[in-house]
Parts: sequence; structure tokens; C-alpha cells
Amino acid sequence: MIRTALLVFKKDLRIEMRSRVLLWQVLPFGVMALLLCGIALGPSRAGNSSAGPGLFYLVTLLVALLMINRSQSVEKTPGTKASVATLGLDPAGVFLGKSLALAIELWATGIILLGGSVVILHTSLHGAILALPSVVVTLAALAVAGTLYGALTSGGDGAATLLPVLALPAFAPLLIAGERSFSAALNHGGIWRWWLILSVALSVYTAIGILLYGVLEES
Amino acid sequence: MTNAVTPTVDLHNAVVLSGGFPLLSGVDLQLLPSSLTVITGANGAGKTSLLRLLAGLVPLSEGSGTVAGVDLANGDLRELRRRVGWLGHEGSFYDDLTVRENLTFAAKALERPLIEIERALQRVGLSNRIDTTTKKLSAGQRRRLGLSWLLIRRPEIWLLDEPYASLDDEARTFFDALITDVLRSGATVVISAHDKLKSEALQPRTIVLGGGRIVSES
Amino acid sequence: MKQLSQRLFGPLTLIAMGATLVLGLWVVPPDQVQGELARLVYVHPSVAWVALYVSFGTAAIASALYLWKRTRSEVMDRVANCAMEVSVVFIALTLITGSIWGRPAWGVWWVWDARLTSSAILGVLALGYLALRRANDDVQLRARRSAVFAVLVAINVPIIHFSVQWWKTLHQGATVFNSNRHLLIHGMQAWTLLISFIAFTMLFFWLLRYRYRLEVQRENLAGASLEEALASRRREGTQ
Repeated sequence: MIRTALLVFKKDLRIEMRSRVLLWQVLPFGVMALLLCGIALGPSRAGNSSAGPGLFYLVTLLVALLMINRSQSVEKTPGTKASVATLGLDPAGVFLGKSLALAIELWATGIILLGGSVVILHTSLHGAILALPSVVVTLAALAVAGTLYGALTSGGDGAATLLPVLALPAFAPLLIAGERSFSAALNHGGIWRWWLILSVALSVYTAIGILLYGVLEES
Repeated sequence: MTNAVTPTVDLHNAVVLSGGFPLLSGVDLQLLPSSLTVITGANGAGKTSLLRLLAGLVPLSEGSGTVAGVDLANGDLRELRRRVGWLGHEGSFYDDLTVRENLTFAAKALERPLIEIERALQRVGLSNRIDTTTKKLSAGQRRRLGLSWLLIRRPEIWLLDEPYASLDDEARTFFDALITDVLRSGATVVISAHDKLKSEALQPRTIVLGGGRIVSES
Repeated sequence: MKQLSQRLFGPLTLIAMGATLVLGLWVVPPDQVQGELARLVYVHPSVAWVALYVSFGTAAIASALYLWKRTRSEVMDRVANCAMEVSVVFIALTLITGSIWGRPAWGVWWVWDARLTSSAILGVLALGYLALRRANDDVQLRARRSAVFAVLVAINVPIIHFSVQWWKTLHQGATVFNSNRHLLIHGMQAWTLLISFIAFTMLFFWLLRYRYRLEVQRENLAGASLEEALASRRREGTQ
């Protein structure tokens, strides 16, 4: 399982580094979305740092949907799917590898967007740094859950539109906890409770992925 | 006293459904080791569906069958997929990876020594494109890359979906020689094509599909 | 015996629902603080209980049993699908009765309360389950993907359960038991509440049973069409 996970992780990251979709498409989208959030709030409220955490996570969530689709689309070419299927890779390893690659990509994006929320939405830099551990865990949980939901919807009718329908409601509790922990960090409140909750969610999704990814691959 | 040879493929009234539509409507088929079978038929006859069933890529909806010793109805299809080799006509690899990277991925997944990559590429004549990304290869070159993948894998059953499409005469001759070698090694080869094979080197059994089942064979 | 109990289940459900109605609307006196509005306590919590725990629980357990090879069967897939459909109805009722209760109590039809928000999220998830089933024609693929999704959705149910403690909320806290598990309401109110929980749970299983029957009939019809489809497909080969 670990060997397969490392193999798939390296393959996914290599594809991303070669294609640069994250750099040239996803990041600009994320930054533009942050700007739109500021515009939507209006000039008097755009610099209000209390909106920062929620808007950061809202944009990150939209970015995550793009990246989940991208992560699944590299496997979706009919010929690729069939050929890779004949390699008989351990599905739990594939799940872990894809989740880890997606997590790395989300962390990279998250750091840029965090910087964006500090600059554009005037979120406190100190608070953003304090919130980093919970951001890391939230995005990891998003990556793991996203890999599962991406596999659930790939290949079906209207897969691109079905993913948000299934994933957004399921992500909402993660983002509530993420936003609360970020806000707690900004206001010097206790963040460790939220951090623990996120860790539990991350563990549960990981366990379910390891157990059930094979079932999704079979289908 | 001769020993009966166990068929590599043994299907009985195999039905494959997709959304309620029968892609295969009852196929009876037995294939032996070291045999070459060509499956022909019009578009929509079920050629690719039959190959995908044999590859364990689609489930058996009704009927029964074993492929490479794996029961299609109740067996482990993942194990079946390890035992078969698939060459599709859509292109088989990650477009953004190079030839070397794609084959290294496959070799490491199968725990094959990496030296086999170079041997396979030499055999198919792609050594000079080893660091080219797959999306820059021509259709014929992608087909050769697929063959090199199979040469590394050395499966019991080779399932080739319209492999002769977009091959020139030289490539066809090379392909025939490769298939002859594969048959000699004991593998079962199944090829789908629109028409009968026009090959002097190969003497295949030809099966014609129509309406999702076998209508004639020679 | 089985047939008798099945035949009696419908009338018994009707009796339980009738008892809830009569007791809740007429027999039990109005609340000291909320007056007649508090009679919704005999509907809203029961409907929410069915929506969030009984129906989702049924769908999740059936899905888990489908995923386990030993108990995998079409029955489990059907039960999960039907339970999730019925749960959509009950979640909608939860939100509607909650809004009706909340309007006079909070002054607005909707507040961003953790429990209400989570219930709405679960409702969308349930709709997502139905959307997922409609996105896949292949029976096995649909069943497996739906089963995995239902198990994933089940993760969110405990979050709802704990949401009252996690977030500041306008939602009523513990109503029936206090933190020492002592009963807060007494006498006829407590009995009526208990009857309402039982009645709505029975209603759920009654609806599930009839929805399941409909699903079996639909599949039988599809099976008949399969024979026609096979015959038609085979004719293509002879033309």
C-alpha cells in the first residue's frame, strides 16, 4: 500500500509540475475569487478582517473543487483508465497517493491564498500564522475527502456538476470547523479544540478511503 | 494419452449490460493458449465490449465464464486485470508524462526491473523517443508505446483493440512479427478489427460478431 | 404470523399517529411560556429524530451491509435508496416545522443556527444521493457508489448531534432530559412526546415498506424489458 501510494503520489505531482495547471489556471482563479469577495463586500467592508477567515475558506473550497476535478481527469481518459487498471495497483495505495498529492497542491495554494487574504482582506498576519496548523489540517481533510468524492463522481453523467452537489454539503462541516479555528486564532481564542476536531475528521475520511476506495474503483 | 488443454477463455451465454442496453447479448466462446483470434464485425457489434469483458474492465451481467482462471461472475476482477494485457485504440498513457516516465511507472507498479524498459523500447523501435511526452507522439508511436507496455508486462492474454488502425505497411509487418513471437511464448492473443486480417504471416481464427453475439466463425 | 404483523402495521401506525394528533392538539394543556405554539414539540423533534437518525441510519446501515460482501444484495441497495428518499421528505418536514416554530419564537423564518444549518446540509446531501443514483445507469455501479456515499454522509450525522454543544446557537438545548439525565417534562406531556416519537418512527417504516414495494415492481418491469432488449439486440446480428 505504501509503495503504491508513493508511486501514485510522485506520478500525480510530476504530471502537475509538467502541466502547470495549478500555477497558470487554478492560482489565478483563486486570487481573482478573493478579489471578487472584496468587491462583493463593498469598499467599506472589504478590509474587515472578521470576514477574512470565511472568505479564505470559501475561495479555497472553490479552488479545491477545480483541483479535485483535475486530479480525477488525468485518470479519466478511457485508454489510460483501462491500461492502469491492468496494473492491479492496490486501491488503498492509489487513494493515499492521490490524496497526498492533492493535499500538497492545496497547501501550496492555501499559503498563497492566505497571503492574499492578509493583503486583500486585511486579515491579521499574526493570526494567519497562528491559524496555519488548523489550515494545514483542514486542507488535508479536504484533500482526503475530495479524493473520495472525486472518485464517486468520475465517469458518471454530468460528473463535473455532480461533484459540487455531492461534495459541497459534505465539506461544509469541515469548513465550519476550519473557519472557527481561524477566527479563534485571530482573536487569540482556543484553537486546539477545532484542531482536534479536524484531525478526527481527517482520520475518519482517511480510514474510509483506505477501506472503500477499492469499491469505487471496481465501479 | 493426451492431456486436455484448459481454455484460457471459456464463456457461456455471456451478457453485458450498460444502462439496460445489452452490449453483448449471449456470447459462447472458448480460446486456447498460443491461439490467435480475430474478432470482426460492424460498428456497434460488440467487439470492444467483448474485449473489455475479457479484460475484466466491465462486469458480466448474465451467463458465466472464466478468463485466465478467474471466474467472471464471482472472482476477483482485479486479479484478472493483472493477468491480461490491454491495448486500446484510444491511447493508453498519461499524456503529460514522457515515454520513460510512463513505462517506469508501469514497471515499478509491476515490480519489474527497469532494464526491461529499454529492452521493450528497442524491440518496438521507440528508443529515440524515450524522453518525449506521450501527447507529442503520433498515433502509430502511441500504439508502439502500448506494445512496449505489454512487453514489460508479459500477460497471459493479449487483448488488442483495433491495433492495425493507422499503421503503415512497415508497421504492420513489424506488428505481425511481434504477434508471432508472443504466440510462441504461449500467450493467447485476441484482436478486434473491422475486417478480416490480411496477413500472410498470421493464420487466425476469425469470429464475426453481430448484435452482441457470434454470428459466424472461420 | 409475518403476514398478520405486516397487515396490522399500517392500522397500528394510523392509530399511533391519531393518538399523537389528539393528545398533542387537544388533551395536553398549552405550555406556560410558549402557549399553544409549544404543541409543535409533539411534531418537530419526532420528525427531526426520524429524519436525522432513523432514516439516515437505515440508509447508512443498509449501505454498509451492501458494501460488505457477505451481506451484499439488491435488497440492501433498494432499502438504502428507499430510506434516503423518505428521509428527504422528513428532512423537509423538519425544516418546515422548525421554521413555523421559529418564526414566533425568534422573529424570523430562518436563523443561521448550527442545528438548522446542519439539517439543511443533510437535506442537500440526501438530494445529492438521489442525484448520484440518477447519474449512473449501470445497476452495480450505481449501487456501489450510492452505498459509499451513504456511508460518507453518515459521518455528518454525529456532527449534527454534537453541533448544539460546539457552536453558539439559538436552538433549544436539551428539552427532555437535563445534563444529569433527569426528566424535565412530566406527566401527559412526556407520554405524548414518547408516543409521537413512536408514531413517526412507525410512519417512516410504513412509508419505507410501500416505497420498497414500488421499487420491486419497477425493477420487475425493467427486467421484462431486458428480455425484449436482448431479443432486439440479437435481431441486429441477423439483419
